[in-house]
Amino acid sequence: MASFKPTQIPDLPKLGEKITEDTLYWKNYKAPVQIKEFGAVSNIDFSPVSPHNFAVTAFTRIHIYGPFSQEPVKTFTRFKDTAYCGRFRSDGQLLVAGCEDSVVRLYDVGGKAALRMYKGHTKAVHVADFTTGRYQILTASDDYTCRLWDIPNAVELTAYQEHTDYVRCGVTSKLNRDLFITGSYDHTLRVFDSRTEKSVMTMDHGQPVESLLLYPSEGLLVSAGGRYVKVWDLLKGGQPLVSLKNHHKTVTCLALNSSGQRLLSASLDRHVKVYNTTNYKVVHNFDYAAAILSLGLAPDDESIVVGMTNSILSIKHRKNLEEPKETSKPRRRPSYRVFMKGKNFVPKQDDYFVSKPARQHLAKYDKQLKRFNVSKALDTALEAWLRRKKPEVTVAVIKELDRRGTLKNALAGRDEEQLSRLLCFVIGNFFDTRFTPVLATTAEIVLDIYQCVIGQSAVIDRHLIHLQKLLEKEIYYQKDLMEILGMLDTMFAFSLLRKESVDQIMFKSKMIKYEPKQPFIVKLTTN
Amino acid sequence: MVEYGDIRVVYRGGSKINFRKPVISNDSRFLLCASGESVKVFSSVTEECVHELRGHTGQVTGVLLRPSNHLQVYSCSTDGTVRLWDFTDGILVRTYVVGYPVYSIYASLNHKEVVFIVTPVQSDKRTELFQLVAVNLPQTPDQLVEARDLSAVLSDVSSNPSTIAFGRGGEYLASVNNLKMEIYFFKKNKSYSFSLREYTKNGGKNTFTCIACHPKDDCVATGHDDGKIRLWRNFKQKKEYTYSTLHWHHSAVSSLCFTPEGTNLLSGGVESVLVQWRYNQENQKDFLPRLGAAITHVTVSPDGALFSTSHSDNKITIIQSCVKVSAVIQGLVKGENVTTGLLVDPRSKALVLNGRPGHLQFYSLQRDKLLFHLDIVQQEYIHEAGLEQFEVVRAAFDASGLWLATVEERKQKSAELELNLKLWSFDEQTQSFVLNTTVSAPHEARITAMCFSQAADSQTTTLVSASRDGHFKAWQLGLPAHTDDEGPSWSCDFVGAYHGLVPRCCCFSADGSLLAVGFQEVVTVWNPTSWELLTTLSQPPGDVRNLCFGQLSCSKYLLGSNNKKMVCCWNLLTCSLEWSTSMDVSLLLVDSRSENMAAFCCQDGSTDLFVFKPSEPRPLFSQKAVCSGRVIHAVFTPREVMLESSEESSQWLNRSQLYFLTEFMDLLTFSTKAEEEKLMASSKQLVIDDTVAMTPFYLLLGKHRHEHLGNEESAERTPLPQSSVAIKELLQTPAHVLPATSFLCSMFAKSLLISVTETREENKHVDEEMESEKEEEDSDEEVETKISRPEQEAKGVQGGESTAPTLTKTQVRELRRVRKQDLSWITGLLDS
Repeated sequence: MASFKPTQIPDLPKLGEKITEDTLYWKNYKAPVQIKEFGAVSNIDFSPVSPHNFAVTAFTRIHIYGPFSQEPVKTFTRFKDTAYCGRFRSDGQLLVAGCEDSVVRLYDVGGKAALRMYKGHTKAVHVADFTTGRYQILTASDDYTCRLWDIPNAVELTAYQEHTDYVRCGVTSKLNRDLFITGSYDHTLRVFDSRTEKSVMTMDHGQPVESLLLYPSEGLLVSAGGRYVKVWDLLKGGQPLVSLKNHHKTVTCLALNSSGQRLLSASLDRHVKVYNTTNYKVVHNFDYAAAILSLGLAPDDESIVVGMTNSILSIKHRKNLEEPKETSKPRRRPSYRVFMKGKNFVPKQDDYFVSKPARQHLAKYDKQLKRFNVSKALDTALEAWLRRKKPEVTVAVIKELDRRGTLKNALAGRDEEQLSRLLCFVIGNFFDTRFTPVLATTAEIVLDIYQCVIGQSAVIDRHLIHLQKLLEKEIYYQKDLMEILGMLDTMFAFSLLRKESVDQIMFKSKMIKYEPKQPFIVKLTTN
Repeated sequence: MVEYGDIRVVYRGGSKINFRKPVISNDSRFLLCASGESVKVFSSVTEECVHELRGHTGQVTGVLLRPSNHLQVYSCSTDGTVRLWDFTDGILVRTYVVGYPVYSIYASLNHKEVVFIVTPVQSDKRTELFQLVAVNLPQTPDQLVEARDLSAVLSDVSSNPSTIAFGRGGEYLASVNNLKMEIYFFKKNKSYSFSLREYTKNGGKNTFTCIACHPKDDCVATGHDDGKIRLWRNFKQKKEYTYSTLHWHHSAVSSLCFTPEGTNLLSGGVESVLVQWRYNQENQKDFLPRLGAAITHVTVSPDGALFSTSHSDNKITIIQSCVKVSAVIQGLVKGENVTTGLLVDPRSKALVLNGRPGHLQFYSLQRDKLLFHLDIVQQEYIHEAGLEQFEVVRAAFDASGLWLATVEERKQKSAELELNLKLWSFDEQTQSFVLNTTVSAPHEARITAMCFSQAADSQTTTLVSASRDGHFKAWQLGLPAHTDDEGPSWSCDFVGAYHGLVPRCCCFSADGSLLAVGFQEVVTVWNPTSWELLTTLSQPPGDVRNLCFGQLSCSKYLLGSNNKKMVCCWNLLTCSLEWSTSMDVSLLLVDSRSENMAAFCCQDGSTDLFVFKPSEPRPLFSQKAVCSGRVIHAVFTPREVMLESSEESSQWLNRSQLYFLTEFMDLLTFSTKAEEEKLMASSKQLVIDDTVAMTPFYLLLGKHRHEHLGNEESAERTPLPQSSVAIKELLQTPAHVLPATSFLCSMFAKSLLISVTETREENKHVDEEMESEKEEEDSDEEVETKISRPEQEAKGVQGGESTAPTLTKTQVRELRRVRKQDLSWITGLLDS
């Protein structure tokens, strides 16, 4: 004797965004803290030493914030004009910043006034950074030059005049004290070695370069300019690896997460995109209120700091996992004795065992179905809670009744209240594509059965008119969609006719297909 | 059957066991049922087949316990004989030749050596008229007896055995046919007939379906087409009869049965619920629901302890007093059509086909036993006629047996088709298939073919399904898309189409590097890794019906047959037609263990078989008229032990066997002479114990027991002390009459000692004399001979000396002393 098989509730495909590990990780941030600055936030730099304060360059000031403070812990205001690119040295003791007035200033993080001023540039200095040797400063300016300075003597060591437009970004190598890379509005990236007089490598980005980023292994270089983010292989002499075009406005800033597995790019289109660095696919996306100029990621991804053109600094802190547990109070459970009653009884040798068959637990509607009470089964499936929270259960019961050939019996003989409840459910879920086939037959049967009583109840009539309107709307939508589909078909057919172009597309798509394979090889060689 | 050299076609397994009412033996240990041309004796506890009573040459149509001897059983058959068997030993006792086909058999205690049989009326052969005939069985010691003493009792009866019953130990006989009931009283030699109108007032059909008579009371219960049961009383008069109606069944009552004491009435029908009505308190009833399939027969054992129900899915259920199903004897389920075809599970080598509605059955060919049913649909089956329910229509195994794909469909009257594709993974722990993925509506129309990539070594296996909607889809196992999903699941990898044609068949090459899909007249060959269309092959006219790749050395060939009587063989290296021949092949299949291929050709009502290699022009084996009718499904099953046949014509059967199913649902196979001889030899070796079924466990244990028995014989154990007179007296006398325990103690202890033999016991005093060392020569000799036994014992224990040396008197004495001391533990050893 087989036991009763309960109604199967199908696992319907979930609609909407898919949940991946990345979405879980990047969604695990609290609501952002917003701080109003004095002007557009042009640069954010985290101190490499604990407690990882960060310097925010906005208008004529540089604010230093602590990891959880909402007020700046330190402010540098002695700028004559707009400050640019406030950056920490690797020991977190010194801070350098360029300025619109072409003077580069060096600050002690503890002090107030500038320790040194480096004068020599003729135009605004947008890039300033320390080299790994700790005693030199790299600067790059709108006068097309980049220079190296000696920190203690404030003397210019070298000047490179190779760019033919504003130099707006630059990075120094963390592994080699002599190596640095600059990107300019002349569309080029140049790699310099301070030991030689000329640049050692030149790459063409194709757009004015806005931002540069070196991978921790320094085998790969990422550049952002225009709408493109490009990855270059430095070990292969500056060969382009990938070109990403995911933003629809200029990309302004780049960052890498703590593990080096995800690349973040911020753009004027108000989005921050997160890429997987193995296949360079976008895995997550953040939206902000205004165009983004700067982006910073705290060590261990503890916080994401974004500076925008509307002079707002937005700080998102990571959620701690322990916190939500405190809110739910443990419910008082029955005592241990209750559960252990009779459980530790050891049967004696001569005891006769009476095995009690395990009772099958059935849902309410299944109990009714087991007894062939079809109307009652439908009633229990239409209970308020099931109807609202789990419409798939109700639909599954209706489907089961249809399979048993008793749906008509179950739907018939209902009073006004029951019928309006049923109609409410049908109307509410009719256009969910997962339920439409079942509910359409239900609605048909309902109309067949109750067509003689139409006009007797205002409530039912209202529901039916509502259903009719919904249906008309849906038909209209479907018509539109079909028209669009037809248009697309003609377009595709037209494009297929020109065989040459098709071949080109094929070729291009093949190229893209092959490109992502290369980072693997590079990784192997660099690690 | 047709003979061809030493290969012949034989029926294999799966005969019907629900054809007629089973019979339970008096001691409730055996259940006998008619099964094809034999009677099968099952153990009602272990469900194993203990004996198969073979001898009839036609379908067995009835089994009946001999009323005068409960260890014997009558069976009747359409071959015109009634045979008497001893079913405990499985021996044919006597054969009575009646001369007319027998359709059912009845007997009662009142009528000694008379059986009642139903035979067709001879005068009119066109109309199906049957009569009940009493046959006097002559009492002769001969094996073969002519029983020509026939006398007609009732004419115009139904051939259905459940429409005739004996009442009250054989006083009267009741028979129903259509709308008429006839009751015949033997003493009065008079019959009364009662008839009903065809329809009741509210449209129920009144046709009689079955009858049962109360064993003690004058009451007859009849079942009707509209689900009613009528209890007829006071039918000794024509006019004043009464009846009461019981109604629970919603469709025809197929079987009725009273319990031996007459306290309960059992009924069953399509609902697959066994209903137990209390006699005289009919509003009280018990139900045993969900027995699996429609009940066709209900029987009760003579002591009333066991009920058994036969079901339409070739199953007999044994029920203990209407509460618990204690055993299920299941035969191969052969429904109206085998939609899934025949498959072989690569793991268990069992034959797999669709069984009960919504299930796949796994049938062991070697043991001729149904292993289990796998529930595919997992929905409550509603036992109602005319209801469209989900059916399993396609199934496929991958090469390793790790994955099973099934397709179920439900065709509604008006709305569109409902389709589900399910993928099952084999779970090592539970040793069964577990549902992994359900794809609802995988295609828009019916699935025409489905196959797995056959490459055993590849890590990712691919499933391809072709459908009437003009597409074929490739499904692959992928990593979970959601992080909250547990394991990998299947998803669609590729959708292919070719000029809007309908794909009818698909096939993977042996190494899984090519996929061939037959789109009506065109065969397309695809690369399963890149899903590129590699080439198209076509040989118009005619739609491609079967496709298969060659195996092993012939893997470069692709064979296809079309509906215009052509078989084509393409060479895939040159992409050209290698050969083609005109043959109306209905089925083309390939043996995965050799290069051989088999083609079944249908020609005017019978089917021919050709076995060939694609590379050779001449067929290896061909047989005309393998069976009548079309062969609808066939499969090669791998053999467990390879045959070593040297003859050319039977070599193709060395590695695998060919099973095929005809349109009449007969499962047939080819067997060679060598194989049959082997089988015969092995069956002779097995001497069957009459009570215990032949199981591997029994063979293991029985052997051990035989050895044990042998040991006992060699040791010649003395009878246990229980049998001694003293102990018997001691135990049977009431305690208060017995003397004091201390007095009895020595006597009791002595009786426990094992004397050498019974003869020895008689002259106990001689023993005593020997102890006083006064012996005669003859007694000495006697002692010697007797002593040699425990000595052998000792030898057995130590495994020492080979022959018993002659002993001196002192040694003898020593030995005897030792023996007296140690005898108890030796017996203990023996007992253990």
